[in-house]
Amino acid sequence: MHAPAILVRDLHKVYTSVEAVRGIDFEVARGEVFGLLGPNGAGKTTTVEILEGYRERTSGIVSVLGHDPGRRPRALRERVGIVLQGGGMYRHVTVREVLEHWAGLYPSPRDVDEVVELAGLRGKERERTRRLSGGQLRRLDFALALVGDPELIFLDEPTTGFDPAARRAAWQTVRSLADLGKTVLLTTHYLDEAQALCDRVAIMKDGRILTIGAPAELGVGALYRVTWREADGSVASRETADPTGLLHQLTSSALARGEPLRDLSVTRPSLEDVYLDLTSDPASGASDPASSASDPTSGPSDPAPERSRRV
Amino acid sequence: MSDVALAWRQYRLERKMFWRNPSAAFFNFVLPLLFLALFGAIFAGDQDNLDVLVPGIAGMSVVSTTFVALPYTLVFLREEGVLKRLRGTPLPAGAYLGALAAHAVTNAAIQLGIVIVAGRAFFGTGWPDDWLQLAAFAIAGVACFALLGAALAHAIPNFESTAAYVNAAFLPLIAISGVFYDADDAPAFLRDIAEALPLVHVIDGLSGAMVTGERAWSGLVVVGLWTAAGAVLAVRGFRWEAKK
Repeated sequence: MHAPAILVRDLHKVYTSVEAVRGIDFEVARGEVFGLLGPNGAGKTTTVEILEGYRERTSGIVSVLGHDPGRRPRALRERVGIVLQGGGMYRHVTVREVLEHWAGLYPSPRDVDEVVELAGLRGKERERTRRLSGGQLRRLDFALALVGDPELIFLDEPTTGFDPAARRAAWQTVRSLADLGKTVLLTTHYLDEAQALCDRVAIMKDGRILTIGAPAELGVGALYRVTWREADGSVASRETADPTGLLHQLTSSALARGEPLRDLSVTRPSLEDVYLDLTSDPASGASDPASSASDPTSGPSDPAPERSRRV
Repeated sequence: MSDVALAWRQYRLERKMFWRNPSAAFFNFVLPLLFLALFGAIFAGDQDNLDVLVPGIAGMSVVSTTFVALPYTLVFLREEGVLKRLRGTPLPAGAYLGALAAHAVTNAAIQLGIVIVAGRAFFGTGWPDDWLQLAAFAIAGVACFALLGAALAHAIPNFESTAAYVNAAFLPLIAISGVFYDADDAPAFLRDIAEALPLVHVIDGLSGAMVTGERAWSGLVVVGLWTAAGAVLAVRGFRWEAKK
């Protein structure tokens, strides 16, 4: 059993006026794709930059591949690849030149042609970097992070500003990293990205981790949502741990009344529901899940509470 | 790979990029030579003035390849995030900064060589008499102005304002330090200011080595003090990242 690739215990980071990270704990196993998900200002980038060695932590324990990143040991930098948020590049070199230069900085780099292929830069090798489009520059970011053949790759909001096609291409690259057995820590504020890529996700807000788990599991334990349209046209919904009982009750009472149950659906809460529940500002009016959950035996009551949410 | 080998790789990349960037090549290289040609034409036949101009332009070359060039490079790379990206690689900071310094030294050496050859070929200053003094002042000047240039870069808030900061320091400096005329002919208060700054002493040293034969070693004291101040400011203020 390997030690985890990343271990974080009670990490705090205080800037002069704000506490950006307020005591978080998580581990990332080797070979795992782990996501830090949260709204802007949640503390994701601060956390990642502490792990990358760019920021000093205020307190807590941090271990990356067995090293303390705060000391920035070269042995660690040789095994880690970093895709920064908006990292710039030299302007007067070609893609191949800069990749070859970067490869030379690492003890056992990957083959440059292979990296070009992996990052989707085939055909651009002889192009000067200043002539690349935004999407191509982002691919170069990936390529530069991969060329040292790192065991662990940090991706800080890797697809922000991408068009849909470019996002899919970037996702494909991340998946191929996972296939190569790399450990990936990525931050994102896109739910679909976390759901599509991550083995596990930590949802952050205001410097804290609210929940951690596999995207599919984050909804588990939460309640099923049953939605239908009443005879008067209003939408009603209930959350329940036992949809079978509730459906039986709803359908039999509808049959007894001779009314159709239109638009009946049963849904599991998606990552999005969990995320919005956790990260929504209480002042904005999102209700506590417990208050709208009802016992399936209590029968429909009017008006059925419609949960307000920001979507 | 050893630090020296990494620094060598970085140095070769810097050289390659330099010649591909027309604006860098112009400000670092062509400008002092343009001034040499223009003022050389104006002073044609006037050997006294040419004897001042040639070492003056040599001193200006030292400043423009270091004090002018480094802030442009460092501020651009810092604000663009290239420095931050480099910091995430195994490249040691010392190897990187050493490569940048070697790059500036190379430019200064090439430019001094051109000025000396031009002085011999066109401006009647002949070959330098004292190569030791020439080398000593060239090296002292490069070290001093490279460190001051790095320190200046830390004070520049963004790339757009680089030209303003650099020229605000560079143009008055060359105007009062005897690049285009003999600094001793300037009014006393300007001469006093110039004497407190390093360039006039570098030019005196170069002038002694190239033309007059005067020993000007005492000027190294002022240059050394500025070098020490530059070293402290360059190291303490160094930033790898743009301020948010």
